[in-house]
Amino acid sequence: MIGAASIHISIGEVAASLVLVAVAATVSLWRRVDLERDLGVAVLRSFLQLTAVGYVIQAIFDSDSLWLVVLLLAVMVGFGSITARSRAKGVPGALGPIVLALATAAVVTIGLVLALGIFHPRPRYLVPVGGMVIGNAMTAAAVSLNRLADEIRGSALRIEATLALGATSWEASRDLVTRSLRSGMITLVDSTKTTGIVFFPGTMVGMLLAGARPLDAVRLQLILLWSLLGSVALSSVLATGLGYRGFFTPAHQLRDLEDGGS
Amino acid sequence: MDLTLEPGATALLGPSGAGKSTLLRLLNRLADPDSGAISLHGEDVRSLDPRALRRRACLVPQLPSPLPGTVAYNVRFGPSLVGRSVDPTRPLELAGLSSAYAEREASRLSVGEQQRVMLARALALEPEVLLLDEPTSALDEHTRAGVEATLAELALRTGVSMVVVTHDRGQANRLATRTVNLRDGRIDG
Repeated sequence: MIGAASIHISIGEVAASLVLVAVAATVSLWRRVDLERDLGVAVLRSFLQLTAVGYVIQAIFDSDSLWLVVLLLAVMVGFGSITARSRAKGVPGALGPIVLALATAAVVTIGLVLALGIFHPRPRYLVPVGGMVIGNAMTAAAVSLNRLADEIRGSALRIEATLALGATSWEASRDLVTRSLRSGMITLVDSTKTTGIVFFPGTMVGMLLAGARPLDAVRLQLILLWSLLGSVALSSVLATGLGYRGFFTPAHQLRDLEDGGS
Repeated sequence: MDLTLEPGATALLGPSGAGKSTLLRLLNRLADPDSGAISLHGEDVRSLDPRALRRRACLVPQLPSPLPGTVAYNVRFGPSLVGRSVDPTRPLELAGLSSAYAEREASRLSVGEQQRVMLARALALEPEVLLLDEPTSALDEHTRAGVEATLAELALRTGVSMVVVTHDRGQANRLATRTVNLRDGRIDG
């Protein structure tokens, strides 16, 4: 399916690219941006994290075990959920909806690309695709929930006034949930529109560097982009559709209202 | 605190922070008390469906915050939640707005007009009790007199009971037949 010849990259070549990091550090020092320390941490962490995950992926590819793939994806869902939770602090009880959103996005998206025969059920395909799906689902869940928290806090008076007419929590916040869902989806939709013009997406770049034919690189990129649209929509709709409940009690009361009145 | 509200118009009078608005919110369960119980016609409000309760004891908030959309949409919204379709003309008229307002965008109206829209959409539910939270505090003096006149007339025309939260003794006297004084969350005198 992917016709790329494998390429070898030496550690020396990697080390050489540190020259560009030195450029960044110089800029930071020269203009007193005060980011040298963070640059150092970033370089070290990216080296350690990616090297470690490289060995893990290599081991999974060698074992060719689908169970290990499932385990790895479950760990990604776990870490992704914790990350999204910390970014969406304003949403009470967000972890449950986020876990469900990420897990569903991963299962449905990967399930569909397998069922449609787009990828073979092999670790070589499932690990990178799963990682992209979960990563994008995580960002979408975090962005949409963050927006939801802002929307609900900004419209607290209107929501309470609507609840006072006998509306359910859902009826009183539905349009805000919709707006948040939109914000979770819009980034990927927009970047999909401009892809190839304003920037080259990573998969395509990687395949071209690895020696694949441009049209193969483009086709794989399209498959991934279009699949991600689905997974991002699923993740956002679940995160916001379940997450809004955290703002309300079962008796359709808005929780934790800063403006209590007199 | 032990308080029984009779049919008719009652004012809850007291300074800021006395617990007037909180008490109002407990009556229709926008909030629940830490302890104690509230009952309506002898039934604990916690045993009622909060949505049905809120249609019977309808709260008009201190600051108008209509839904995005026309005045008519706002007035029809409450009844539409239970599948009822209403003509907005009468609720609007009871709230002192002509039917010419029906197709105007609610958020574009003056604060006083918006407050009347909030009143009209509560009236569209035909509640037993109107819970009015400082109904005129956001209004200037002239508009305040107009809203007060509307509320007084409303009580006469529809027989709806009212609980009016206010910090203005004069308003309490003008609108209510009974006044409960609140201070620091207690009944005072």
